[in-house]
Amino acid sequence: MATVSDAPKASFRLSMLIYDTRYRSITIQVVVLLLFMAGAAWLVDNTVRNLAALGKDFSFGFLWNRAGYDINQMLVQYSNDSTHGRAMLIGLLNTLLVAFMSCVAATVLGVIIGVLRLSPNWIIGRLTTVYVEMFRNIPVLLWILVAYAVFTEVLPAPNAFRGDNPTASMILFDSVALTNRYTAIPDPMFARSLGNIDVGLFLVSLDLVAIIAVITGSVLVNRKILASATAVQNATGVRPVTWWKSILVLVAPVVLLLLALGFHAERPVLRGFNFTGGLDVSNSLMALWLGLTLYTAAFIAEIVRAGIGAVSRGQTEAAFALGLRPNRTMSLVILPQALRVIVPPLISQYLNITKNSSLAIAVGYMDLRGTLGGITLNQTGRELECVLLMMLIYLTISLLISGAMNVYNNSVKLKER
Amino acid sequence: MSDTHAQTVAYVRETMLPQATPPVSEVGAIKWLRENLFSGVLNTILTLVGIAAVIWVVQAALPWFLHGVWRANSLSECRQIIAESWGEGAHGACWAVIRERWNQFLFGFYPRDLYWRPVLALALLFVALAPILFAELPRKLIWASALYPAVAYILLWGGSLWVPISVMAGFGVGWLGLAIARRTGLPLLAPLAAVLLPLLWWLLLAGPAAGMLERAVPLWVQEVRSDKFGGFVLSITIGVAAIVLSLPLGVVLALGRRSDMLLVKALSVGFIEFIRGVPLITLLFTASLLLNYFLPPGTNFDIILRVIIMVTLFAAAYIAEVIRGGLAALPRGQYEAADSLGLDYWKSMQLIVLPQALKISIPGIVSTFIGLFKDTTLVIFVGLLDPLKGITDAVRAAIEWKGVYWEPFIFVGAIFFIFNFGMSRYSMYLERKLKRDHR
Repeated sequence: MATVSDAPKASFRLSMLIYDTRYRSITIQVVVLLLFMAGAAWLVDNTVRNLAALGKDFSFGFLWNRAGYDINQMLVQYSNDSTHGRAMLIGLLNTLLVAFMSCVAATVLGVIIGVLRLSPNWIIGRLTTVYVEMFRNIPVLLWILVAYAVFTEVLPAPNAFRGDNPTASMILFDSVALTNRYTAIPDPMFARSLGNIDVGLFLVSLDLVAIIAVITGSVLVNRKILASATAVQNATGVRPVTWWKSILVLVAPVVLLLLALGFHAERPVLRGFNFTGGLDVSNSLMALWLGLTLYTAAFIAEIVRAGIGAVSRGQTEAAFALGLRPNRTMSLVILPQALRVIVPPLISQYLNITKNSSLAIAVGYMDLRGTLGGITLNQTGRELECVLLMMLIYLTISLLISGAMNVYNNSVKLKER
Repeated sequence: MSDTHAQTVAYVRETMLPQATPPVSEVGAIKWLRENLFSGVLNTILTLVGIAAVIWVVQAALPWFLHGVWRANSLSECRQIIAESWGEGAHGACWAVIRERWNQFLFGFYPRDLYWRPVLALALLFVALAPILFAELPRKLIWASALYPAVAYILLWGGSLWVPISVMAGFGVGWLGLAIARRTGLPLLAPLAAVLLPLLWWLLLAGPAAGMLERAVPLWVQEVRSDKFGGFVLSITIGVAAIVLSLPLGVVLALGRRSDMLLVKALSVGFIEFIRGVPLITLLFTASLLLNYFLPPGTNFDIILRVIIMVTLFAAAYIAEVIRGGLAALPRGQYEAADSLGLDYWKSMQLIVLPQALKISIPGIVSTFIGLFKDTTLVIFVGLLDPLKGITDAVRAAIEWKGVYWEPFIFVGAIFFIFNFGMSRYSMYLERKLKRDHR
């Protein structure tokens, strides 16, 4: 019979801090903590001494001073009398605008190309491969610059649209004019507008609020309809026809509201040397949007292709064996599984778009980097505050997006064991 | 069987028919066309659209390429030549700008008589990379790789030979300290000596030692300052340095993030998420504007070095995430098997876990490298002359090349494409070679 003896009660020796696994991790952590604190203290101390040497202080008070510069593209009111803080807000909104536009467009284009890349068609397969390889392997900065060069060098000047025999013509039923200075698009207008409401930071169009409210209501009602249809199907086995109800609920209220508000699009019209009426979208925004979209679409295409490829063929066959129709197979079996693979990298592409939108500086688009990190920084000379604030804002956006991704991931995670 | 049939059936063929040729539509090009291009209505439409797109692009671009002019001294001369040989209003590429400014695209403002140095550095890079990339080569060559950073530094920047030698000597000091401390048999001493002695050497002794040696035995190569760097020399310098430095850092960060130690994990997560959450441009800004605040007063060091440090930190965070994925994908049994063999943490990581995890992560690591190399173009925003915007703008600033847009873009884009495509193909080769399962 073996006797179990206690481990010898050795007295504590200093070397046990390293060689005894019971203490080692604590030792390492204490050392790391000390090093980290020493490093942080060193950095802060340096910063304080450097600031003192330069006669600067660390304060964000400059955000409330008059900015004194103009911004060519803005979503909410701004003039050069506004504060630096407001300029920062304009920049942030511009960043979000171009990021959102690029995300939507890149997703659409990327999904189309990714699906086409799976096509057995030889020519289409080759063309999409060329597209993906070309855009993935060349810096996004080049695509933005190329897009900008196309907009500023190739497109005609506004006065080329003039005269009886103009050398340039508008596209999309004479509603959009692509010129080398800006792109004029129709401006949505409301004849019987509800007016704006001031919420402190900016004016909110009540028309827009009403439209969003109505659409949200329609979607909720539509969801109710679908849920009740599913309930009927579960009870009786027959799914009632709902598509006309859905269309009615989703479309009719919005159309009625738009009619009531007198919605119409004001087309850009050439007066003199420039287009008036309509919205002038700066070419820097268009180029940035196009560059980011084309570049990111290549990555999204690969993600979509990999996601669809990750669903094994057996799943389709099993669904067919159960008697599901092809479109139900797609929506109930393939897509939920493919999306689980597709969505996380897709969201990180959205993050990349947001971060890459800081390349706006290359084409002179006034995003966060152009206002806060550009002109404000140069005018006030507060590099430390501006760069830290800019990093903080980008970090917040990124964390919000990846937080949303984690929520989604947890909701669709395979529940195992 | 055939006997029974012979009695029940009136006629049975006893010889095989000669093999008939398949129908025309089932062989050769026609079959291929039918299967690959015209197998259905949708497919046919796609084919036609694809062909139309190809024709449209070729029609738009081919004449421009064919009319290209290689010998001219200015854009207007290019246009004149094109108009003379292809008629008024013809468009054509003016490749002459590439031909004339070729050196600038590759070397920036690097002194002309020293071009051989970056070229030699690049050639030696391949020698140094070979033993790492291709396992078939003799192992002794790894020493060439270890010495390469010092050689490359001297070739690119020049200056006193003693500077890189004394920096490299730090590693020798560490190794010596380790060997001596091992002899003494005291615990703790060996790792401490291996870390602290080189640090002390670099911080306190390396500089004076280099200066003293320089005075005693002057070994001097013509110096090239960082502001002369530009074009692809700059891109490749930053890209290669950051790639080499970020991989080990990324591995350490990934291990830190998966560590059981709370503090180590928290610091790693914080660092990785911070770096991944901000654009590279803001980090480059930090390098160019804020390091003056963060470092002791009066410190001032090379802008390229600062950029390399920032790009390295940036890429390391992304690589850490990729490797973390590889570590997570490894079956738990591998970790347990390593533990049950009695391997300690570092041994199990080095022998069991990391080789497999890194193998899984190869595609991700290489695509991070590709991204990093592409991102080297962003250094234009801190005033360095990258090949894409910096040099192109410099070329366009000259009066004779004002207005030339597409040719530089195509040229620079093609070079980036070749590098990155090559890297992605190499990663595919590596994946195939390291594949151990048979599926």
